[in-house]
Amino acid sequence: MITLFFQALAAAAATVGFALLYGAPARYYPYCAFIGGAGWLVYLLALPASSAPTASFAATVLVILMSRWFAVRRECPVTIFLIAGIIPLVPGAGIYWASYYAVTDRMSMAADTGLEAFKVAVAIVLGIVFVFELPQKLFRVGQHKK
Amino acid sequence: MSTEIFTSQSRPAGLADAAELTDTAGDPARACREREILLLALQAGRILLENGAEIFRVEDTVYRICRFYGLKSASAFVVSNAIFLTSGNEEEAQFAKVQQIPVNVANLSRVAQVNQLSRQIEAGRRSLAEVRRELTRIEHTPGFSVPQQVAAASIAGACFSFMFGGGILDFACSLLIGALLQLYMARIGKPNFSKIVCNILGSGWVTFLSLLCHRLLPGTHLESMMIGGIILMVPGVAFTNAIRDFADGDYISGSVRMLDALLVFFCIAMGVGFMIAVWNRLMGGVLL
Repeated sequence: MITLFFQALAAAAATVGFALLYGAPARYYPYCAFIGGAGWLVYLLALPASSAPTASFAATVLVILMSRWFAVRRECPVTIFLIAGIIPLVPGAGIYWASYYAVTDRMSMAADTGLEAFKVAVAIVLGIVFVFELPQKLFRVGQHKK
Repeated sequence: MSTEIFTSQSRPAGLADAAELTDTAGDPARACREREILLLALQAGRILLENGAEIFRVEDTVYRICRFYGLKSASAFVVSNAIFLTSGNEEEAQFAKVQQIPVNVANLSRVAQVNQLSRQIEAGRRSLAEVRRELTRIEHTPGFSVPQQVAAASIAGACFSFMFGGGILDFACSLLIGALLQLYMARIGKPNFSKIVCNILGSGWVTFLSLLCHRLLPGTHLESMMIGGIILMVPGVAFTNAIRDFADGDYISGSVRMLDALLVFFCIAMGVGFMIAVWNRLMGGVLL
């Protein structure tokens, strides 16, 4: 439980780091941190019950729902929240393992980890595509008209 | 890097028989204003595209600015590295401009500011002169300085190493690795090398540093230090924008950006693999 908490905290801090690297405005950092932390938490919670691609899909869906929600509330491009929030889910570890196994002559392991990384990437793609299909009106619920 | 094709002042002689059409479009003051509107829309679009906005947003902003200031005939074609903008019909002057846009480091704060400006324009709160001033200001807002980037990369990398099973020692090493990687990227890699070489050397550099830390400090985990380093090079903006462009039906830009992202992924893998192979050959023995 405490590990989970610290993991989410680390993900939040990492997301803010990425937001800064991509030059996002400082006033949006709290939202970026919240989105990144929540996404990683969902990933970790879903992982034992399913596989890495499924968990990534669930986390991506949450990250994008929250990004669109905050983008509408704060009147700014959704890209700001989305790009930093999605980074923890990108299969960086998969790239490392695939190339590590490839140069140490364990080709079947390299293929396995490479394919796994590819599946995770596809899961993220599907998550992004599906949630962006939702109509913008949905995210304006409860927001009074100007 | 831009080409104006022709304006209403310099029409080809072949159009002279359409005199009754050009009469209404011939008013120099009006043509000048229309030109100004298009140039501003183009500038806004360029800032967006340069700094990591998706194609749909660029086109949308260009059209919004043109429509709001009364230019109905504007037509834009946007791909990942260029904007083609034309206008002209029976009433409005002919104008065309092609703007090539170099691939740049994303700066989302500029995207947010142009977006804000476009909202203010739609609310009717900005004159053309104000828009021009504002766009120029946005274009010249400085990004984060190198020390700030190094600090951010260092912390982000260290957090990632913790998220992927690292202990306190890995965390400390990753702080160093992240900082040294960002320093290399900002000072050596990006100014001097092509994207391919820059990324292969960068991931090789990360691998070398991680292997060194692993060798010198026995309690460390190679895997988590490596991930903390290479995650900083992952092309997040290109990857995410590629997917969003595909979803919007902008297949050309989506493919180009996806190719860009895949190239960087591949270069990272090459650098890691190359450095591990060299290290194994020189130091002998299997890692981990």
